[in-house]
Amino acid sequence: MSQQFRTFLKVTLVLVLLAALLQIFVFQKSLDFWVIQVFYGISYGALLFLLASGLSLIFGVMRIVNLAHGSFFLLGGYVALTVIWTTGSWLLAIPVAALTVGVLGLIMERIFLRQVGFDPLRQVLLTVGFALLFQQATLDIWGGDNFFINIPDYLNWSPRVGDLFFPMNRIFMIGLVVVVGTLLWLLIEKSRLGAVIRATVDDAEMARGIGIDTSRISMAVFGLGAFLAAMGGVIGGGFIGVFPGLDFEVLPLAFAVVIIGGMGSLRGALAGSMIVGLMDNIGKGLYPELSYFTLYAPMVLILAIKPTGLFGRE
Amino acid sequence: MINLLRNKVIIVPAVLLLLALISPFVPSFILLLIIQVLIFGILALSVDLLLGYTGLPSLGQAAYLGMGAYLAAILVDRFEFGLSCDFPLVLVLGILIGAATAAFFGLFAIRATGVYFLIITLALGMVVWGVANRWNSMTGGDNGINVLSRPACGVDLSNDVVFFYVVFVVYSAALGGMYVLVNSPFGKSLMGIRESETRMQMLGYNTWFHKYLAFIIAGGYGGLSGVLWTHLNGIVTPEDVILTTSVDALLMVVLGGPGTLVGGAIGAMVVVGIREYLSTWVEWWQYVLGGVYVLTIYFLPEGLMGLPKLIKKRRPARKSEPPAEASSVET
Repeated sequence: MSQQFRTFLKVTLVLVLLAALLQIFVFQKSLDFWVIQVFYGISYGALLFLLASGLSLIFGVMRIVNLAHGSFFLLGGYVALTVIWTTGSWLLAIPVAALTVGVLGLIMERIFLRQVGFDPLRQVLLTVGFALLFQQATLDIWGGDNFFINIPDYLNWSPRVGDLFFPMNRIFMIGLVVVVGTLLWLLIEKSRLGAVIRATVDDAEMARGIGIDTSRISMAVFGLGAFLAAMGGVIGGGFIGVFPGLDFEVLPLAFAVVIIGGMGSLRGALAGSMIVGLMDNIGKGLYPELSYFTLYAPMVLILAIKPTGLFGRE
Repeated sequence: MINLLRNKVIIVPAVLLLLALISPFVPSFILLLIIQVLIFGILALSVDLLLGYTGLPSLGQAAYLGMGAYLAAILVDRFEFGLSCDFPLVLVLGILIGAATAAFFGLFAIRATGVYFLIITLALGMVVWGVANRWNSMTGGDNGINVLSRPACGVDLSNDVVFFYVVFVVYSAALGGMYVLVNSPFGKSLMGIRESETRMQMLGYNTWFHKYLAFIIAGGYGGLSGVLWTHLNGIVTPEDVILTTSVDALLMVVLGGPGTLVGGAIGAMVVVGIREYLSTWVEWWQYVLGGVYVLTIYFLPEGLMGLPKLIKKRRPARKSEPPAEASSVET
């Protein structure tokens, strides 16, 4: 644990130093540029945390590479749109969409994923199959148009600090993720259920041996992951929109987060989201042409140094 | 048993010969689909070498297809290279660039096993996609690169029938090469790694290097399929390199039957049939494709190639098949 933390600190320190050196000798951007990029990066990272924390937990508990995770994100956005169209309430849309998709995740785990056992290849293909089914279903239900989830007026303004504007909805998002993240942390680290989940992540066989119903834990975690991803989809609908193909667009980002942070760890998901959020934003700001490269190159680097990610356990 | 095996091996050239004979007479749209199946068949061979023979499920095989495809397109677009008799050279270069990319990526990927290997290959595939998508000055970004004409060297490949025969010959050579490879001592040791890596290590094999070599060879096959892919479509875009292509390639092999080589082409036939043919008929083709994924997982653990065995098992006169690969390693 402290070993992992030290690794994380070292990596962070090296990255910060590198950034400082580059700033002094290469970029020579203004301070405003950095403040805004870091703010946008952190808020983007917050969104990624919603998407990727579930993926990470699902992997940790079930060893499943869930390629339908982007679909949960997309479905969340679409269900939220329907709620907004019928009731007009944005605040209501968040829990309704998250719960609906969460239940869908529960059903999918219980009826289908449970049956294939622990063969990673079959699980992956099964989740791909579901991703395709969801893709077609969303196309049939909501059509192929690009939608945007309009944020309510009370979030649609930007407090000003000096010459800089900080959009309220992004601040709201960071706040929301702080709340959700704290709740998740309490759940995983402090509650009995969390202890059981952690035991399953560490050694599922042993956990079964001492009488933990790992099958039920898997179902709960899969539902939770879907719930969080859908919540991300609603919030993200105000930035990136809701459109066909979004599912496979966000999926690699989620995987980048999980790979960098390490699988099955909440702390890792948080660290990974922030790194990916910042890298992606700053990379786009500096080198628009190579933005994906600036995102994935550090990931490959971390893989080379520590294959299980910063906080991963093997 | 031996009889059955011999029959099986004879069936493949027979079917290929039949294909070569009837293909000039099928409608042009179907011919294009057949070409596509053969090209994906080459990509499936590369997946099969990794998945079926070495036990490494790669989710990033489209990356090598992409490298070959972009190489061919860039050579034509920038240097007017590869449109005449130098085309075979482009095929070789495609193999080399695929293999070189795999040699680099393999350094990261081969350390991992199982699910981790899956995720790392997926991530590496996304790196290639990201570069293809964003490096506008080189790859044309979203729009991709157009390749307006196919090579002509004595015969004009713009004629689909001629192009079919070229792809056909390349596929047959690739299939034959892979058949020789998996039946060589090297192939046997790969199967040994699939069955039990620890045991192979105990026997003194450098399993890391074996897997690394297999990964590089698979990359070369991917690059080869990419060159043909560019000339089939006349365009290469980031869409060709996207995760879906990698996943499709994996499904083709699982659907056809891992460790059977030709199974990949049979799987490709089903997937291409749904994606390209069925989609011209019905709007809901994606339900069918998704359904195929799900049903394969539940009912065809050994793929379509395992179907005869499955049927035979149902019959009372049973003659169980020993796992030939595993036992041959121990000797």
